Amino acid sequence: MSGYWDPHIERMPLEDLHALQEDRLKSVVRYVYDHSAFYRQRFKEAGVEPGDIRTLADVSKLPFTRKVDLRDNYPTGMFSAPKSQVVRYHVSSGTTGKPTVVGYTKGDIETWSESLARALTSIGLDSDDVVQVGYGYGLFTGGLGLHYGAERIGAAVLPVGTGNTERQIELMQDLGTTAIACTPSYFLHIMEVAEKMGISIKKDTQLKAGIFGAEPWSLETRKRIEDATGINAYDIYGTSEISGPLFTECHVKKGIHVWADMFLIEVLDPKTDEPVADGETGELVFTTLHKFALPLIRYRIGDLTIMDSEPCECGRTHPRIMRILGRTDDMLIIRGINVFPSQVESVLMDIPEVGDHWEILVDRKGPLDMMTVRVELTQAGFSDKIGDLMKLRKKISKELKGVLNIAAEVDLVEPGTIPRSMGKAKRVTDNRKV
Amino acid sequence: MTEIKQISLFVENRPGRTAKVAKTLSDAGVNIRALTIAEAGDFGVIRMVLDDPEKGYKVLKENAFTVSMTDVLAVEMKDTPGGLYEIVNTLGLNSVNVDYAYAFVTAKAERAMLILRVDDIAKARRVLGEKNVKIATKEEIQAI
Repeated sequence: MSGYWDPHIERMPLEDLHALQEDRLKSVVRYVYDHSAFYRQRFKEAGVEPGDIRTLADVSKLPFTRKVDLRDNYPTGMFSAPKSQVVRYHVSSGTTGKPTVVGYTKGDIETWSESLARALTSIGLDSDDVVQVGYGYGLFTGGLGLHYGAERIGAAVLPVGTGNTERQIELMQDLGTTAIACTPSYFLHIMEVAEKMGISIKKDTQLKAGIFGAEPWSLETRKRIEDATGINAYDIYGTSEISGPLFTECHVKKGIHVWADMFLIEVLDPKTDEPVADGETGELVFTTLHKFALPLIRYRIGDLTIMDSEPCECGRTHPRIMRILGRTDDMLIIRGINVFPSQVESVLMDIPEVGDHWEILVDRKGPLDMMTVRVELTQAGFSDKIGDLMKLRKKISKELKGVLNIAAEVDLVEPGTIPRSMGKAKRVTDNRKV
Repeated sequence: MTEIKQISLFVENRPGRTAKVAKTLSDAGVNIRALTIAEAGDFGVIRMVLDDPEKGYKVLKENAFTVSMTDVLAVEMKDTPGGLYEIVNTLGLNSVNVDYAYAFVTAKAERAMLILRVDDIAKARRVLGEKNVKIATKEEIQAI
């Protein structure tokens, strides 16, 4: 179906790819040691010197980096490049604490764009496509990241950003948008607004692909979107600390390709910090191999995933990570049990009577945590017999319990009552006082 | 025989929701013949017989309500002791199950009108007919 952006690199035999990674790992370790006071100090504390890193396996000797390090060294204390080489900053919103600043050299922007050019090509996009970027522009990395990636493959970019949904839909029709990049929750909102406007995305637009990310979403949501609109919905992954959105699934949709010439990934058991085998869940750890303003060594994002290091059916040899189960920051602990909002989503989106929008409320009643899941009843799910509605509520509750192992109250609410989001959806309100 | 179309709505149990329903219908000039609210804690179902159910359905849908149309029977009931018994007993003896029912009295007020949702509307119509129970037509409901 689709070609390659950089076939030489993307299909490089594993042996050569590993040799390239090894060279770049050694270089980046030497580079941060020489240029970042933070890393020199860290390496000293860990008793490791650049010369100790001779093979890829030696990565385990290196100390970890965490988000808290970026916060503690706010704004640019961890940068390796001098200010004169920095051409751009992005800043995270800091919803879970102090904001974090990331920076890019000219070359870093090139690498970032190249990563997305490969990704967009792998889902079949090229210079004939019109890519509507519905991620936020500005300090958030989503908008500009996709923008540069799509321009690099020669596609026409429609930089709409977030919001103004009716206008987005009109432009989608008028300019013949073929691909849209936004959060999955925002796309669900676009679907809803299009329907209200009497526009069928399937029949009245040329949209064929969606590139959805910046928040975890489930396979069940993918199925809903694809069934309703006839597009192919692809997962995109990345985080500002390692540049922004960087990697997507290819057209085969069996995991997200992480470009091994740019990043070295490890998937570790969070308890022992030892690597887990392919196919087992662990914490994703990134080492940037070709990034110069803010290189990161063994950065623990806190995302849980499964790695597949076998070459893909599409011919690309780079390792793949499976759909992110959730970020440890998003994990709720309810009555001592770990709950990821993405698990709730996967249960709900498999129940046809439940609408596309939902939220979780957590409260503490006395000593007990109470989780309430609010879902919108669809027109098709509505029966005017109270008994049927009670049964439906019980069914949702039972299926949630089957997956989460804790009981949840289920509230059926009217369509349109749960707040819609333009960017990252806020699915959880935790009213517990800690 | 065109059956009477009842309009049902899913509503959350919070202040002002029923008022919003009434206002939507009033603005559209649709008259409510009969209404009942069944509640189940944090939500409820409003069921209504309207003079113009098609129009009522349309305006409620446009105002983003979750709404459905259901075929119901409107049965004239003698406004005397035993009036209800005669009807439900006939249905019971003939194994027709009543999902729910509600009654209203018309302006002419000799008889009460019983709205019934049953599991077998054709059979209910037949067995009640055999007992000479009068079943109102769609036109009669509209003309009240």
